[in-house]
Amino acid sequence: MAGFDKVVSSYEEAMAGLTDNMTVIAGGFGLCGIPENLINEIKRKGTKGLTLVSNNCGVDDFGLGILLPARQIKKIIASYVGENAEFERQMMAGELEVELTPQGTLAEKMRAGGAGIPAFYTATGVGTPVAEGKDEREFNGRDYILEESIVGDFAIVKAWKADRYGNLVFRKTARNFNPMAATAGKITVVEVEEIVEPGELDPDQIHTAGIYVDRLILGSFEKRIEQRTVRPSTTQGEK
Amino acid sequence: MALSREQIAKRVAQELQDGFYVNLGIGIPTLVANYVPENMEVMLQSENGLLGMGQFPTEEEIDADLINAGKQTVTMATGASIFDSAESFAMIRGGHVDLTVLGAFEVDVNGNIASYMIPGKLIKGMGGAMDLVAGADNIIVTMTHASKHGVSKLLNNCTLPLTGKGCIKKVLTDLAFIEIKNGKFHLLERAPGVTVEEIIKLTEGELIVTGDVPEMVF
Repeated sequence: MAGFDKVVSSYEEAMAGLTDNMTVIAGGFGLCGIPENLINEIKRKGTKGLTLVSNNCGVDDFGLGILLPARQIKKIIASYVGENAEFERQMMAGELEVELTPQGTLAEKMRAGGAGIPAFYTATGVGTPVAEGKDEREFNGRDYILEESIVGDFAIVKAWKADRYGNLVFRKTARNFNPMAATAGKITVVEVEEIVEPGELDPDQIHTAGIYVDRLILGSFEKRIEQRTVRPSTTQGEK
Repeated sequence: MALSREQIAKRVAQELQDGFYVNLGIGIPTLVANYVPENMEVMLQSENGLLGMGQFPTEEEIDADLINAGKQTVTMATGASIFDSAESFAMIRGGHVDLTVLGAFEVDVNGNIASYMIPGKLIKGMGGAMDLVAGADNIIVTMTHASKHGVSKLLNNCTLPLTGKGCIKKVLTDLAFIEIKNGKFHLLERAPGVTVEEIIKLTEGELIVTGDVPEMVF
């Protein structure tokens, strides 16, 4: 690596420095746009006691779910979980701490964390279990709760394309939490489907600037589909 | 007769207006997309980062990078846009979505809604529901009026943990279309063939009935 060149050549190098009890922020929504090979590398390393921040926790044999059998996750901060049996078992047995966080609050916690904003007020969750223990304040006649932002020791991100400087372009709804995650890691690691030379991406079309990215690796992806819904190709189908 | 899921969706669709940006929750609310009136333009927002959600893809069109908030494969409608999750919830929390339709376990006379958690059972999480109910002004809750055993879900006080406080003004059940104001339920319409008495019997919270309550028209 030299200058702004963020490219690393192995997954081992990509996740170097990840140690037990760290906080890892992961991009992705369901199984869409998840950094699947970076997750595989965490499994291979066997890092334990992790606090994971991610909208979901994958399924039994794919995505973050693969970190469950060896009990690598101590705590997960997510908006929607339980798409896998082992997760349910560990949660019910009290082996896994789960902090359910509204999806918009979770996205904003990452965004604020990456932007150096320690906390923010939101109306989301007022009067619900989410508000318990949080500062409440009225603005213009409406109640809001104070939510603290999140910064990760690592952020793991999946983008579509990048240049060697780490400028990123995402594709369709695989973007989701990835841009915020990218800003909120002390070390941000990104895996992509294609790496081009600096200057090849149109600066106007870059979603995430390279300043947020520390390491970049070229991967190949399974891109598993969670809910395969189709309409017949012979008819107009449903609207 | 109690409304079918499709009839509930059809009645909700009558509340759509040309040019509305709409967020539809999982379940019955999703079906509303099937009944958008002809010659009306409505754009569907999916909170994972898509405005202008289209129909399901054909086998050939399937793209793992293009899903909706229910994690189903979808397509994009003409004029769609893609954005990240923070931007998506800026639309929702900033009050930019014209209509939100979502399901619930319980609502009460104070506009409280419980929809995400039954203590003691598996807790999967609120997803975007808390943001949606807190951020939207125009919300329609779709739900069954009572349990199979006749226990009302339209209550004086929600018994389950809340998704949002004081944020629901309209509820469409399989029996009735109800407005919530001034701490009371108000009966606007009945499902065809369902009597006012039947609705009162299955509504725990105070229900105001004014004059002849019209039947829903489809």
